[in-house]
Amino acid sequence: MKRGYRRLAATISLAAMAFMLAGCGDKMGVLNPKGAVGKEQLDLIIISTVLCLIVVVPTLVMAFWIAWKYRIKRKQKTDYQPEWSHNTKAEAFMWGIPLVVIIALASITAHYTYKLEPSKPLKAEAEPITIQVASLDWKWLFLYPEQGIATVNYLQFPDNVPVRFELTSDAPMNSFWIPQLGGQIYTMSGMKMKLHLIADEPGEYFGSGANFSGEHFGAMRFVAKATSQDEFDKWVQEVKNSSPALTKEGYDKLALPGVSDKQFFSSFPEGLFDWIVVKYGSGGHGGHGGHGGHADSSSEKGESHGHSEHSEAMVRTATASEEHAHHHD
Amino acid sequence: MWQNIKDFAADFFVTGDPLIYGADVAIVLTMAAIVFVLTYFKKWKWLWTEWLTTVDHKRIGIMYVIAALLMLFRGGVDALLMRTQLAFPNNEFLSPEHYNEIFTTHGVIMILFMAMPLMFGLFNLVVPLQIGARDVAFPFLNALSFWLFFWGAMLFNISFVIGGSPNSGWLAYPPLSGTMFNPGVGQDFYIWGIQISGIGSLMTGINFIVTILKMRAPGMKLMKMPMFTWSVLGSSLAIILAFPILTVTIALLFVDRYFGAHFFTLDGGGNPMMYINLIWMWGHPEVYIVILPAFGIYSEVVATFSRKKLFGYKSMVFAIMAISVVSFITWAHHFFTMGSGGDVNAFFAISTMIIAIPTGVKVFNWIFTMYKGKVSFETPMLWTVLGFIPCFVVGGMTGVMLSVAPADFQFHNSYFLIAHFHQTLIGGVVFGYIAGLIYWWPKVFGFKLNERLGKWSFWFWNIGFYVCFMPQYVVGLMGMTRRLSTYGWDTGWWELNFVSTIGAFLMGAGFLLQVWQILHSIKFMERDTTGDPWNGRTLEWSIPSPAPVYNFARIPHVEEMDDWWEQKKRRENGVAPKPLPPLEPIHMPKNSGIPFIKSFCWFVAGFGLVFDWLWMAIPGFIGVAVCMLAHSFNYDTDYYIPVEEIERTEAAARGAV
Repeated sequence: MKRGYRRLAATISLAAMAFMLAGCGDKMGVLNPKGAVGKEQLDLIIISTVLCLIVVVPTLVMAFWIAWKYRIKRKQKTDYQPEWSHNTKAEAFMWGIPLVVIIALASITAHYTYKLEPSKPLKAEAEPITIQVASLDWKWLFLYPEQGIATVNYLQFPDNVPVRFELTSDAPMNSFWIPQLGGQIYTMSGMKMKLHLIADEPGEYFGSGANFSGEHFGAMRFVAKATSQDEFDKWVQEVKNSSPALTKEGYDKLALPGVSDKQFFSSFPEGLFDWIVVKYGSGGHGGHGGHGGHADSSSEKGESHGHSEHSEAMVRTATASEEHAHHHD
Repeated sequence: MWQNIKDFAADFFVTGDPLIYGADVAIVLTMAAIVFVLTYFKKWKWLWTEWLTTVDHKRIGIMYVIAALLMLFRGGVDALLMRTQLAFPNNEFLSPEHYNEIFTTHGVIMILFMAMPLMFGLFNLVVPLQIGARDVAFPFLNALSFWLFFWGAMLFNISFVIGGSPNSGWLAYPPLSGTMFNPGVGQDFYIWGIQISGIGSLMTGINFIVTILKMRAPGMKLMKMPMFTWSVLGSSLAIILAFPILTVTIALLFVDRYFGAHFFTLDGGGNPMMYINLIWMWGHPEVYIVILPAFGIYSEVVATFSRKKLFGYKSMVFAIMAISVVSFITWAHHFFTMGSGGDVNAFFAISTMIIAIPTGVKVFNWIFTMYKGKVSFETPMLWTVLGFIPCFVVGGMTGVMLSVAPADFQFHNSYFLIAHFHQTLIGGVVFGYIAGLIYWWPKVFGFKLNERLGKWSFWFWNIGFYVCFMPQYVVGLMGMTRRLSTYGWDTGWWELNFVSTIGAFLMGAGFLLQVWQILHSIKFMERDTTGDPWNGRTLEWSIPSPAPVYNFARIPHVEEMDDWWEQKKRRENGVAPKPLPPLEPIHMPKNSGIPFIKSFCWFVAGFGLVFDWLWMAIPGFIGVAVCMLAHSFNYDTDYYIPVEEIERTEAAARGAV
């Protein structure tokens, strides 16, 4: 059934747009999903389109037909009824039909809203991998806490393994979006967001920042590459062996406004992500940190329970970079 | 000294871009030309006494429309610049910084300085005439509203050549719009331009609620009001509930920027998400504020050109009111991706879908109004049936699709969203206001607009619209996000963007044809001497065109819905009209220069605050206070038009008939 929908959608959309899209099916983004989340979202898009068309198509046909039938230049005008302005049955249908369609759509939407809640872990055989994401001015930083590596504007993960993204921002709000894998989520400073995605097959998928965040936000594109587990492990080893480490100072520099190519780091300071989350926490002057209780009060806001040890450690290192903090004040 | 002046000027004026220099020259030349023409023809006094100080709703309406069309031109040029930039991958026509400014000003101008004043213009031109009133409830306030809008818009627009334009999007989300990321003055122009004109909008809302509730002609029960007047009431109610939210939100942003507070900053416990909630609590009702009157226009146009009563009047009234209430509980659908969780998202998804029900009912009602009518396709009807209905039905459908929260995760911030809201705002609002302008044009100016040129512009606008925005749905699904200043060849977005750009220029040609249509009609169209060129149904068509200053020599007594139509029918059936009561002197408001001067003082104060020049801001505010005092102690605010003068005016009008 669902496969049928998908095939139908693919056929319709491809037929309609064939002339301009010849040979770029892989560019079809949302319409060509490669992961469970994206596929369900496409199902939902198709269901809602069909439900709407049930009302829209007859309405448009009726509009044009009536406008034509009752045109002033018609021959027989004996059916002209200038006073006819109420019909209880017709009005009951007018309210009733949209009501029924909306009730149907609303229940489907409610069901899917809980099912596809982005913070909910995906059901899959494989253990999920965690990747931490921070949107910076104007680049994406990806941290792999389990592998200990970090990348900029480049994402790689094994296919058929759920990816648990934890997201935050060290810059104005952005939105993390890989259309072929599934919908987006905002990255916001002082918040730790969660998004679960999975790739069903290997491939290089287009990703970008979907929310305007200043001058060069258009440069916030990244590649999301899904490979086999073996290839992924090999890639991690390669990055570990051949790339420099990301230091705290290196991070501060990276976070300054500017665009960036892909970058790879063999390691990053422990707890960096949680430090980014809490740096703007309550109690004010984020980067100043270091005084007691700061990390605790902030961790509440940043929802980083169980990481407060790391945060505190990082907040202490943060005092070393007071200069940067002042820059923000 | 010289160096200081040079440094200041380099900072004060926007420099370094040939486009801007071109605009500078054009602005200076235009202003010089205006001053020259006014002086040469000795029109300064005429300008002051007839227009700048007027409190006549009809003249204020005309000024709103002229200002709105100028803003439509500017917003449209912004749009064409953006489309030119996006026509080719890796285009370097506009730098990212310049592009960001242009989409920001495009959005602000089109919503706040084009759609709103065009709407207020139509309120002013039509509502008092439709309800049989001699003016609005508060004519002085009405003039003040207009001039606040005007000077607010000027303040916003001046940022183009002085200081620099805002560049953080039309809703200026912090922290991007805060001083940390946006230290320049552009954002301050945004704040004060919107604040000053926003006060005017709020007052207009109050004015029209009171006008409609208190000043209807005797016998016009609420349920006998014309549908346009109902839609104005719905829209005005939404204005007085929504605009205070905007004013407070922008004021908090100002406090953040000016006094270094932390309402919406990243640090210091500020919460940018709060701003996003607040701004959309205004922003969502705002789109219904502008579309409800368009719905009213379609209702009038469909009934008139079907020569038939509007179908389902009570359903229509209920639908308008339902929309204006429900529009207040849907705001979070603008950020389903903020991670509020399933409960919140499901609530706002469903409340959004619910709006589709009354909106759908309205479409059915328009269609059924044509049923068993005699339908003709003059340009207002063309815009309604061939322009608006298909465009808005499809735009509404994509709106319902966007309301499906989990699917919205894939649409959000993409060109799919851009295509959707342009389809409802152009296909719904702009098409409606154009239909309304053409429909009421003969009432305002005493001659119809040329139909042939009108049809040409209609087809350019409509074909251009679909060519421009249909590809954007697809390119959005392909992953193109809004506000991108450029994209690469590898994305596969080029062809669709190129087609879209062609469509935008077709719409631009449609606009030029309209300008030509207006100029051509001013010169060549015959005067309408009937006052009722479309065979109208409501009271505004019962008086001469253009309406005399007092509108109605005698306040009409309304007996039925579509009273003028019924009167005409009775006359046809040979029923003698009731004898007219004798004329009485008419009580009218006097002109006042205070609204103009006071609004200008606001402009001065706003400009001072933008540049943090208290020496300028404080005198500005003092000027505002002095104007308030002056008006408070002015008791010479009204006069009577004597019966002889009314007789003369009416005889002249009837002589023309």
